[in-house]
Amino acid sequence: MTDFTSPAPAPDPGPLPGDLPAPAEGERGRSLFRLALRRLVRNRAAMAGLFVLLLVTLFSFAGPHLVGHRYDQIFTSYVAVPPSLEPRPSDEHLQDVIETAARRGRVTVGDFTVSGGSFTATLNSEKTIDPRATRYIDRTDEFEGTTVTATEEDGRRLRIAGTVAREYFPFGTDSSGRDLLVRVMIGGQISLLVGVLASLVSLVIGVTYGAISGYLGGRVDDVMMRFVEILYSLPFVFMVIMLVVFFGRSFVLIFLVIGATEWLDMARIVRGQTLSLKRREFVEAAVAMGLSDWQIIRRHIIPNTIGPVVVFVTIVVPKVMLLESFLSFLGLGVQAPLTSWGALISDGTTTMQAAPWMLIFPSLFFVATLFSLNFLGDGLRDALDPRDR
Amino acid sequence: MPTLFAVVTISFFLIRFAPGGPFSLERPLPPQIMENMIRAYRLDLPLWRQYLDYLWNVAHGDFGPSYIYRDFSVGQLMMQSLPYSLQLGTYALILAVLGGVAAGVVAALRQNGIVDYLVMSVATVGVTVPNFVVGPVLSLVFAVLLSWLPAGGWGDGSARFLLLPTIALALPQLAVFARLTRGSMIEALRADHIRTARAYGLSRRAVVVTHAMRGALLPIVSYLAPCAAALLTGSVVIEEIFGIPGVGRYFVQGALNRDYTLVMGTVVLIAVFIVVLNLVVDILYAQLDPRIRHD
Amino acid sequence: MTHPPRRLVSAALLSAALLLSAGSAGAEVVLHRGNGGEPQTLDQAHTSIDVEANVLKDLYEGLTIYDAAGKIIPGAAESWTVSDDGTVYTFKIRDAAKWSNGEPVTAEDFVFSFRRVEDPKEAAGYANLLYPLKNAEAINTKGMAIDQLGAKAVDAKTLELTLERPTPYLLELLAHQSALPVNKASVEKNGADFVKPGTMISNGAFKLTENVANDHITAVKNENYWDAASVKLDKVIFYPLEDQAAAVRRFQAGELDVNYYFPTDQTDYLRQQLGDQVHMTPSLASYYYTFDTRTEPFNDVRVRKALAMAIDRDFLSEEVFQGGQLPLYSAVPPGIASYGEPEKVSYAETDQLDREDEAKRLLKEAGYGEGGKPLKIDIRYNTNANHEKVATAVADNWKALGATVTLTNLDVKSHYAYLQEGGAYGAARCGWTADYADAESFLGLNISTNKTFNYAHWKNEKYDALMAQSYAETDQAKRAALLHEAEKILLAEEPVTSLMIYASPWLVSSKVKGWQDNAVNDHLSKFLSKE
Repeated sequence: MTDFTSPAPAPDPGPLPGDLPAPAEGERGRSLFRLALRRLVRNRAAMAGLFVLLLVTLFSFAGPHLVGHRYDQIFTSYVAVPPSLEPRPSDEHLQDVIETAARRGRVTVGDFTVSGGSFTATLNSEKTIDPRATRYIDRTDEFEGTTVTATEEDGRRLRIAGTVAREYFPFGTDSSGRDLLVRVMIGGQISLLVGVLASLVSLVIGVTYGAISGYLGGRVDDVMMRFVEILYSLPFVFMVIMLVVFFGRSFVLIFLVIGATEWLDMARIVRGQTLSLKRREFVEAAVAMGLSDWQIIRRHIIPNTIGPVVVFVTIVVPKVMLLESFLSFLGLGVQAPLTSWGALISDGTTTMQAAPWMLIFPSLFFVATLFSLNFLGDGLRDALDPRDR
Repeated sequence: MPTLFAVVTISFFLIRFAPGGPFSLERPLPPQIMENMIRAYRLDLPLWRQYLDYLWNVAHGDFGPSYIYRDFSVGQLMMQSLPYSLQLGTYALILAVLGGVAAGVVAALRQNGIVDYLVMSVATVGVTVPNFVVGPVLSLVFAVLLSWLPAGGWGDGSARFLLLPTIALALPQLAVFARLTRGSMIEALRADHIRTARAYGLSRRAVVVTHAMRGALLPIVSYLAPCAAALLTGSVVIEEIFGIPGVGRYFVQGALNRDYTLVMGTVVLIAVFIVVLNLVVDILYAQLDPRIRHD
Repeated sequence: MTHPPRRLVSAALLSAALLLSAGSAGAEVVLHRGNGGEPQTLDQAHTSIDVEANVLKDLYEGLTIYDAAGKIIPGAAESWTVSDDGTVYTFKIRDAAKWSNGEPVTAEDFVFSFRRVEDPKEAAGYANLLYPLKNAEAINTKGMAIDQLGAKAVDAKTLELTLERPTPYLLELLAHQSALPVNKASVEKNGADFVKPGTMISNGAFKLTENVANDHITAVKNENYWDAASVKLDKVIFYPLEDQAAAVRRFQAGELDVNYYFPTDQTDYLRQQLGDQVHMTPSLASYYYTFDTRTEPFNDVRVRKALAMAIDRDFLSEEVFQGGQLPLYSAVPPGIASYGEPEKVSYAETDQLDREDEAKRLLKEAGYGEGGKPLKIDIRYNTNANHEKVATAVADNWKALGATVTLTNLDVKSHYAYLQEGGAYGAARCGWTADYADAESFLGLNISTNKTFNYAHWKNEKYDALMAQSYAETDQAKRAALLHEAEKILLAEEPVTSLMIYASPWLVSSKVKGWQDNAVNDHLSKFLSKE
């Protein structure tokens, strides 16, 4: 069995900021914090990362309000159309569309002209035309507000006019005919939320668990760390699959489940910190003042583990987002029609030959976000640990 | 042993409480036939009894029959698939460690230089792109478009077949190793004894190779165990994409199909693997850093 | 750390070199078949899925088989006679029919095989397929002695099957993989291990040589097969490729000659790339939605009809499946000779817009929609990209009626377990593939006493009575008429509503000859050759 006093084999890309000089309360703490902040601000890569993160967040959360399309809105005329900055439809395309629509209404199209945002056409038939036939035309995504302007030849010819609805799909559409731009935005919301919330869950569990274990020490510590040890030996993929299969697929559960499997490293780090903090004067002073164990943990231990914990969070967030994408790949991600970057990317890989944009756009955002998180994490670590660099 | 026991117990009950059973199918079985099957697999016994039976059997090396892959016992499936996973995993581990350490050392020696940024950016891309993207893209480019390598399958197990899956599997871990190495190398290069060695006029190369590397190895060694575990689970995706008959997919298929015995078999196997790995890493660690004893 | 892996490398290289030299020795014709999934078993008594059928039917030959065009032709039996009342079939087994070990295939082998499937101790999942045999159901479920089964070896090459009642689709049943023979001596000697390569003795065009789970199954030509002279392939290798996109890449890279399943939403693209190597054949399988008729609002036929009408099946067929699956307006897919043209729902010929108007009217009448009670529907489906697209599109159609629609998906096990255990739901996705070409296979699902398949929990006495009559009716025409009546009721009530006919997606290389698309989706390798 693993020796618990050995440094945790945490999958932490970077030296663990194992024993930072713990800042004491009050003035000194604040100035240290200010120093760290100043170092962080001077780190260009980290700042660029932060900036990109803010942009992506803004894009994901504010974006859907600016684009007129809903994320689950289906454009039946635009299934899997490639990205384009030009408005759709193009004029040539319109002729086809109106003919198809007319065929469904069992009429034929005479002259058809488009000028600007409106069109006129004549509909012919051998029988009297039901004026409702215009609804077949409105029914398409391309035309709207079609009205009959004149009825000729005993109703066997209708003159109609209406407007051409133009839509923009800068990211193209997916294979159900939904606007990929909005899908990527909504997917971003979910992925970011899962990343942050799951990390928070793991943070809360891990910090509390680690602090209690480290502070109480002795037999309790042994038992608690043995439990962590057991969980380490469980293949976590299996855990997540089981939990998702067992509890269903709601958004809340997915981040709870992921968070519940990612707190182990955090618990170990915080425990290590706590062990060294416990021997410090200010903790001993607090004990002497007669504070209860829980008060000491809450007021003195946990706040002083903040540094490594913050750094660790920047590592957990991308990990969680990757895990979410893995779940999506297995078909266990968030419930459709909601989506996440992971789910979009996973769909994108199956269509990458026929429709590469379905892979490229979500991947770009996903990778950019994780990239930024990594840089920000590096920056934070450097800033909080003055020995480095 | 207690760890393994706890792992078996937790997963046994966890999977039993999941809805559905091994015999609920798209085409459901008539109730009578279902009864026959449940009896044949002794699933009609009380749960505690099944649990004790299972423990007894596992203790005797019998993992039971697979419910889904009827022609194989779980033991046979494991024995058949493990060599593939181990082989692929070993190659990926070697590639990840060698590639990652080399990249990390190079980056550390040119700290904050253009090479450093380049290497670390590539490494970061490695950790950020999901391997279910890397796999299909590699396969598309090198097999379908260029026709250089097979698109999938184990084939005869030659390098031609294994190159793409190994790369796809190793890439994220390679990136982690690169970052780890860079970090600890930078720290090691700054340590007192290194500076002293430099001051004594030892060549840069000698210092790097003999002194700094040794110190920098510690975090790398301690990452070996989780890395090996990650390779094993990461292989679920790679195996599916490249059609490799390894252990990884039995986790997922077993769990989704409620193939109780198969899931338990894979869980026990992985747990043993992780426990052993941790042990090995602890020993290695103690070898490299004697201080660990009296911390 | 580096030593053991180095040994691994050299071992791998060595074995690779050996394999390569062995492979290049003969110019044998090898067919590489992507098989869409891993067979769960190669045991006749336990098989249940199509990917197993593809392998098993190459290894074994039943009394009857489907030819390349999907027509029933004699297999191990060269001829048969039927008694006047249609309850006794006498099969003459070919003199030349031999097992792969050279011993003759006997009537006793078939008797043994059928008894084995019905033996409750064997717990065969598909035992009900052979229930038409006399006493089969009683043996399987009520403990009747196994030798009472209506299968008798008159002499070594004459097999007599006695049925419970006339079963017009018996010859189709006998071509199912559950009805394939096992070698009696081998099963008695080897027990469950008779399926292993090296042990398996089979009577089909090929014999099993390798079975590596999730990697490949290799079958080589069986020289003892009675028709070995016309078998043009030396070897067939099946690959259980579950990742369809990966399978397509392997087909494109020329590693596969035939592949079962591809992502149907890319049909257009694949047609562009691969031309007529892309095959989509409508099969006897329906894709349908069921409503929970136990609860409001789905206990109201008007609501069910309204929802059923509003589904734009053309959009599903043309856009989501790119023509790969066809709209279906009947409960029974067309293509069953004994049944003729199936009935259609009343709105089959009207336009989608008229359907929508009618749907809105019906909903209003029932008190829902604008100004009425809110209509909330949850669509359940099993996790799958295509099912998700269908559910998304259907939800869109229903939202147009003013309904609030949510989606819920579960993995396939949980999905069906939920429905079978009687969980409450709104609408749910189901699929059904006929085991034999008969309308009963579809209509029998909705009999109220069918506890397992009647997900809608629908009960209609007239329907039940018609179905009961059809089981007793021996006259083909009268039976068909009864079934048509029943289908009419089902379509008028719509506790379930058909959306599409499933198509079987195949990629077949232009190098492969002898391939014919057929609705039964049987493609024996013995009819194929490769240039």
